Amino acid sequence: MINQKAGSVTFENVKKTFGAFTAIPDLSLTIEPGTLVTLLGPSGCGKTTTLRMLAGLEHPTAGRILIGGKDVTMLPANERDVSMVFQSYALFPHMSSLDNVAYGLESSGLSRREAREKAEEGLSLVGLAGMGGRLPAELSGGQQQRVAVARALVLEPQVLLLDEPLSNLDARLRRRVRTEIRELQQRLGFTAVYVTHDQDEALAVSDRIIVMKDGEIAQSGAPRDLYEFPASSFIADFMGEANVIACEVVGIDGAEADIRIGSLTHRVPAGRAKPGAASLAVRPGAVTLAEGRGEGLAGRILHSAYLGDHVEYEVETDVGTLFIVDHAVDRILPAASNATLGFKNRGIALISN
Amino acid sequence: MRHGNRRLDVVLILGAVALTLLPWYRIDGGFYGFGWLAGFPLSTEVAPGLVQIAAHGRWWLAGVVLLLLLAGAARGMADPMRRGAALAWLGALGVLFLSLQGLAIGFSGWTWTISESLFGALSDGQPSMGAGAVLSAVVFVLLFSFGLAERGVMKGDAFVVSAISLLVFLVAVFVFYPIGSMFAGSVQDFDGSFNPDGFIRNMQDPGIWSLGCVIGGGRCGVAWRTLWLAIMTGLGSTLLGLAFALVATRTRFPYKKGLRLLTILPIITPPFVIGLALTLLFGRAGVITQGLSELFGIEPGRWLYGLTGIWIAQVLSFTPIAFLVLIGVVEGVSPSMEEASTTLRADRWRTFRRVSLPLMKPGLANAFLIGFIESMADFGNPLVLGGSHGVLSTEIFFAVVGSQNDPSRAAVLAMVLLVFTLSAFLAQRFWLSGKNFATVTGKGDSGAHIALPRGLSIGVHAIVIPWGLFTLVVYGMILVGGFVKTWGLDNSLTLDHYAKAFSISFDGSIAWTGVAWNSFWTTMEIALISAPLTAIVGLLTAYIIVRQKFTGKNVFEFALMMSFAIPGTVIGVSYIMAFNLPPLEMTGSALILIACFVFRNMPVGVRGGIAAMSQLDKSLDEASLTLRAGSFRTIRKVILPLLRPAITAALVYSFVRAITSISAVIFLVSAEYNMATSYIVGLVENGEYGVAIAYSSMLIVVMITVITGFQLLVGDRRLRRENRVAGLAPSRQEKTA
Repeated sequence: MINQKAGSVTFENVKKTFGAFTAIPDLSLTIEPGTLVTLLGPSGCGKTTTLRMLAGLEHPTAGRILIGGKDVTMLPANERDVSMVFQSYALFPHMSSLDNVAYGLESSGLSRREAREKAEEGLSLVGLAGMGGRLPAELSGGQQQRVAVARALVLEPQVLLLDEPLSNLDARLRRRVRTEIRELQQRLGFTAVYVTHDQDEALAVSDRIIVMKDGEIAQSGAPRDLYEFPASSFIADFMGEANVIACEVVGIDGAEADIRIGSLTHRVPAGRAKPGAASLAVRPGAVTLAEGRGEGLAGRILHSAYLGDHVEYEVETDVGTLFIVDHAVDRILPAASNATLGFKNRGIALISN
Repeated sequence: MRHGNRRLDVVLILGAVALTLLPWYRIDGGFYGFGWLAGFPLSTEVAPGLVQIAAHGRWWLAGVVLLLLLAGAARGMADPMRRGAALAWLGALGVLFLSLQGLAIGFSGWTWTISESLFGALSDGQPSMGAGAVLSAVVFVLLFSFGLAERGVMKGDAFVVSAISLLVFLVAVFVFYPIGSMFAGSVQDFDGSFNPDGFIRNMQDPGIWSLGCVIGGGRCGVAWRTLWLAIMTGLGSTLLGLAFALVATRTRFPYKKGLRLLTILPIITPPFVIGLALTLLFGRAGVITQGLSELFGIEPGRWLYGLTGIWIAQVLSFTPIAFLVLIGVVEGVSPSMEEASTTLRADRWRTFRRVSLPLMKPGLANAFLIGFIESMADFGNPLVLGGSHGVLSTEIFFAVVGSQNDPSRAAVLAMVLLVFTLSAFLAQRFWLSGKNFATVTGKGDSGAHIALPRGLSIGVHAIVIPWGLFTLVVYGMILVGGFVKTWGLDNSLTLDHYAKAFSISFDGSIAWTGVAWNSFWTTMEIALISAPLTAIVGLLTAYIIVRQKFTGKNVFEFALMMSFAIPGTVIGVSYIMAFNLPPLEMTGSALILIACFVFRNMPVGVRGGIAAMSQLDKSLDEASLTLRAGSFRTIRKVILPLLRPAITAALVYSFVRAITSISAVIFLVSAEYNMATSYIVGLVENGEYGVAIAYSSMLIVVMITVITGFQLLVGDRRLRRENRVAGLAPSRQEKTA
């Protein structure tokens, strides 16, 4: 039986430089045992470097890394109690699936027989029982991915690291596999650190998301918090598209706030807002669109594009050019026509900085 | 540091063994004869280090004991950072101390006057280092590496740090120490004291530097003649190579496969064989010379023996190498560039001249420099054809072995040669690097190369077909030559030469009566020992260069590759100057031949390994590391199995090179360990052409057998997916003599 032992992860003032380039200036974070935490960010934000430092594939320039409360900062990768699923899977092409899964067990000093028994178990855990004899090249992309997960899991690491594990799968398969990974993590209760640049994936699987930018944490929190209360326009735009426009908070009434956008007033969840000038994140689907001039925000259609189940518009208004997704496909507003804009109750958030 | 203590204990025990159980100094009869066990441990010759200190007055060895004891004491230190520092310092001091005492104290006492005046005269010196001393040097290198690893160098990977340190140590001992000794030797008298007279005299020798042939009046110096020859050979082989490459890729020439076969020839041909075959064709008693003289009454001349003859032989030898380099270049020019040019209304000739040719320029320069270096380093052809018009490499040889016996002249000539080849090498590295337009990108690059302009097509065919036939005739001479009685005088067929070389008689047991057997078996033995060593050292270096990041890596790589540009003659001279006297004495042994082969052929293994390893996804090693495997296990279980083709290529290449090389070997052979090539050269010098050519063709047959055998032995890897590993096909390497 595969018994996971969930460990915590702590970074204390970790710094990492590559020559003259500083990838991570000063990073501190804590990951609770048994949770799945996602490191999310655009490419070059330092999320993969963070993961590789946790794995022991890079060593920090300064600071400490603790796994399960034990200082592992200078420990090489092969002496750490973590294992990793690689973006490319990195299955050894000359070994069968079973040998791939047994490899880590044998490295840890198990006898060949024990290692194979446990590897069989690992393969059946990911639904590949009986496929042990196949070479990686004889498996489909999704199966290879599962072998990679099994190979990492059978070592019963304190922390499982996943480096963009779904990026080599097609869109349909991606959705299924991410559900499987999440389900496996909740069933076995291990700690997982998951790196991705896809915010849908992050929203779907995480207990907590850490968004990184330029080697620093831009915001961290539960998926819903990040989406509904973005701390910056960067977060707002990165966690699903958003139009960031200027507004003024005119009054706060408990959990809600009254804001003014151009000529329009609106009520939104207050978050941590203070009265005065502020920024507002408006999701493309949160804007209503009516033909002609009426009561609301006046706009002029710059461009429209029909995409089957919705229409995309660029609309020029007093507060800036807005990108709008409208589901009313039987009525398409032509370019250069006038329109009136209103805001829905959902999908509009004050940016709290 | 779970393994830290265990590996340290092992090394400390080895240190103790080196001091107590192994003879400290070199055993005259050879260590593996185990004759020394009889006198062990008390007699002066075979006593281990501790006994040497206590009973034989070698008090200076106490330094080694002290450093090892300190290392033992440091083992108990708790703080890994401080323990690491202590071990690293002790290791470094140990290596330094061993080298210094070895260099300072020779057979009869101090070698340096400064130490004699400091410490007083010694009653007795010391012989060369033996098993004990060598093992303790290795122990110190390992202590140094473990210390650094404990301080977190290379992510705390002791295996990698040790591998790097040992490689640096070995290259220092077997490449840089000999070259340094040669430089030192050039300004020393026979007794070792400083005396620059010989150096200055040779540096000013008009025989080397005279420009007589340019300003009129007499011959040019050997340096200029060699330079001229190298430039001409570089040009000749590049032009011919380009013509061959164009024919092989851009025309509908029907025998393209045959052209490709041509590229294997220089690898399996001992370098002087071409010269030998030319002698049989154009020499005074050659077939063609004789034929012309009978038919047209043309007086047989000696034109072949001199720069012209050497040039023809070298162009024949090195054109296949240029072809090999240029075929990649010509194929690498993206067809879409040429197609773009034709759609821009350029005709075929304009496209070739303005687009294709400029894109090939860096490749052409590279081929020229390779030809240049090859010609400079070539020893076999000038020896056979040079006559009195020598080039640098042969002059070096005659300065050492001939009647002059002037080591300082040999050293000066070697320096001149080294400057030429290293300049070409540096030009190749720095001037050409990054100028390669003809790279194949990963993008799908469809389209076809356009055909050559008609005039050019006729031109290259007119070059390629006669030259290809000429090459065939020359190689035909090699195969046929062994069966002809006496060239020019008696052209009847005979098996005598083979019988003389390879006869076997059955006298109850097999007796190898042929004259060639002795050197043949020695060659096989040494080639078989050095091939795996070369492959190991080369691939390990490649692994470190491709997969590890450390400061000084570029210097490390550069220093290794530089040994590639050191001509064999220079290596030969420097080896006999460095390894003839304490502290290291290896001349006349098989060891010196093996060391020479390993460090001369290693760069090729390194290149092949780098090419192959760059194609292996790095995440494979990382995956292995995160799966609890150390670097050593990773190499053994993951990298090596995936590198099998590269390993085979390295093994075959170093085996074949050990058989065919002559330039360094000729200095290092002894009566006991004579190699095939130097034996053949001896035959040529005695005028026994028939036996020499029979022996040469025998060698070629053996090498072809070995190469095909290897290719059959190494099956396919068990991988279906082609894309990741498709590029791992054994990459043929260019060859340097």
